[in-house]
Amino acid sequence: MTETHITQTGIVKVPTGIEGFDEITGGGLPQGRPALVVGGAGSGKTLFAMEFLVRGALAYNEPGVFVAFEETTEELAQNVASLNFDLKGLDAEGRIIIDHLRIERSEIEETGEYDLEGLFIRIGLAIDSIGAKRVVLDTIEALFSGLSNEMILRSELRRLFRWLKDKGVTAIITAEQGNGKFTRHGLEEYVSDAVIFLDHRIENQLSTRRVRVVKYRGSTHGTNEYPFLIGKNGFEVLPITSLGLKHAASTERISTGVARLDTMLGGHGPYRGSTILISGTAGSGKTSLAAHFASAACQRGEKCIYFAFEESESQIIRNMRSIGIDLEPWSKSGLLRFEALRPAQYGLEMHLARMHQMIREFEPQVMVLDPITDLMAIGSQTDVKAMLVRVIDFLKSRQITAFFTSLTSGGAALEQSEIGVSSLIDTWLLVREVEMNGERTRGLYILKSRGMAHSNQIREFLLTDHGVELIDVYLGANGALMGSARLAQEASLAAEDEARRQAVERRGAALEHKRKLIEAQVAALQAELASEETEFQKAIEYEKHSDRRAQQDRSAIARMRQAEELSLSKKG
Amino acid sequence: MMKTTPQSPSPSSTTAVKAWELRLYVAGQTARSLAAFENLKKICEEHLAGQYHIEVIDLLEQPQLARGDQIIALPTLVRKLPVPIRKIIGDLSNTERVLVGLDLRPRA
Repeated sequence: MTETHITQTGIVKVPTGIEGFDEITGGGLPQGRPALVVGGAGSGKTLFAMEFLVRGALAYNEPGVFVAFEETTEELAQNVASLNFDLKGLDAEGRIIIDHLRIERSEIEETGEYDLEGLFIRIGLAIDSIGAKRVVLDTIEALFSGLSNEMILRSELRRLFRWLKDKGVTAIITAEQGNGKFTRHGLEEYVSDAVIFLDHRIENQLSTRRVRVVKYRGSTHGTNEYPFLIGKNGFEVLPITSLGLKHAASTERISTGVARLDTMLGGHGPYRGSTILISGTAGSGKTSLAAHFASAACQRGEKCIYFAFEESESQIIRNMRSIGIDLEPWSKSGLLRFEALRPAQYGLEMHLARMHQMIREFEPQVMVLDPITDLMAIGSQTDVKAMLVRVIDFLKSRQITAFFTSLTSGGAALEQSEIGVSSLIDTWLLVREVEMNGERTRGLYILKSRGMAHSNQIREFLLTDHGVELIDVYLGANGALMGSARLAQEASLAAEDEARRQAVERRGAALEHKRKLIEAQVAALQAELASEETEFQKAIEYEKHSDRRAQQDRSAIARMRQAEELSLSKKG
Repeated sequence: MMKTTPQSPSPSSTTAVKAWELRLYVAGQTARSLAAFENLKKICEEHLAGQYHIEVIDLLEQPQLARGDQIIALPTLVRKLPVPIRKIIGDLSNTERVLVGLDLRPRA
């Protein structure tokens, strides 16, 4: 069964089966109508048309007829064999007919009135013999070079396209791009339901292919230029706007592989499916963080794809081993796949397509791109940004957590990522080099992290033999100190603490001493008091004693005087 | 008067092999088809009497034959013999051009 899409206006569309193209046209080409595919030499017109037929035959069970005016059946079969299109097999199964029409002007003499009924009969026979639903005429303009009577040709072409519509076949007519005109022979006059433009241009010595839907009668369509590729699986159009912002946001958090960094990121690390960017100057440890991230993913049993633009796989593995991250086991077990290549190897679109392709094949949960700034060498900032938007959209739609590194060149504002992608990034970490006291240290902080409370602190970023370590920086009256200054400051702080502690101790001892002294004095005074009391008692005793003696003496005297004892004793 | 293949318009065509093997492709018995056949016969009788054989092929009846001789325009006259193959399209009303096309007259 053919899958069709109906728009509000009632146009029925036929999917071409060309990856991405059906997305930008909202379903494919208009059913039962001819569409014009225009492009310069080598722009991929023939391939586009051929894939339309092959996909139609294979995926949608719609047999097709390819009328080739320029290439022979044999040549066509060879040309598309590299895309794994088995034309001969399809021909044998009666799903595709390739009819080569040869027009040799030198062999033809024109003598009076004629029409192109022969062409109609041939196409009609081919359509009817396999019940074709799709037809390609490639390139019908060859008729103009084969036949000289343009008046007859034009009226016959008009009749031909009308006739194709009546036949109810969905057709692709290819045409050469014209000089000053849209097509060389003005075919757009006759085929106007859908016009597709294929462009192949060279920028900075790298080729870029783009496709644009110039016209699509009765249907909305993306009007942008979309890059496309001719890869081993045929055409691949990379739509940008059609993806939209519809991806689901996960609440799951994953570890960056650096525990302290997870703590800084709201305590649990970034969200799954988010995009993390680390920017910093050369040698700031971006790749090391990326390696942590990749290694942590593999430890969780997830798959990670690592696109490296600067170092080879073995170089990264060796270098990361020096800081205690061993990526080799993951690489061997297949959880970690490196894709190391120079950016200049391909154009941006090719890179993008390769990423798409590899991600689709490998289906990783985590992706590292190190560094994105290298792509600047092969495209303008706008192009690179547009490409990264597509990468990020694609990753988000698949819930792949992405880790990008970005190299900030010296002198550039740190907070300005080179490619201007900051708005696309969910979590942006910045490693800044701090030069102080004749040494360079690294400070890491979080510039932004969407959807989570995150630390506003600068942490000193250390590369140790057991990986990245984040350490509190010294914050004090002299500002933030890092590196040996931090160590020195910490040492001097400790000394100060010790001195204070000793001072307190000393004061305690003095107090103790004084207390003892006072206690001794108190004891002496008390002893003095006690002795005085004793003296006083003794005096009292003596007094009492003397008193008694005096009385006794007086009594004795009275006795001697024979005085009244009683009265005396009363008074005494 | 015009019939489909093969036809022998002149007594001389009964001989097994003629020096001139001509094939006229048409689509139905339209006025143009008939005119082409009439014009062809006239020219042949005038210039190739007794040496030619004309085969008329109606592609409406035998559409599969269009492929072999790479027929696009109709009517088309194909000179199979003598080699090389020549194709003349149109209703053959321009006698001069037909003669040039058949190599019976040098090209201008």
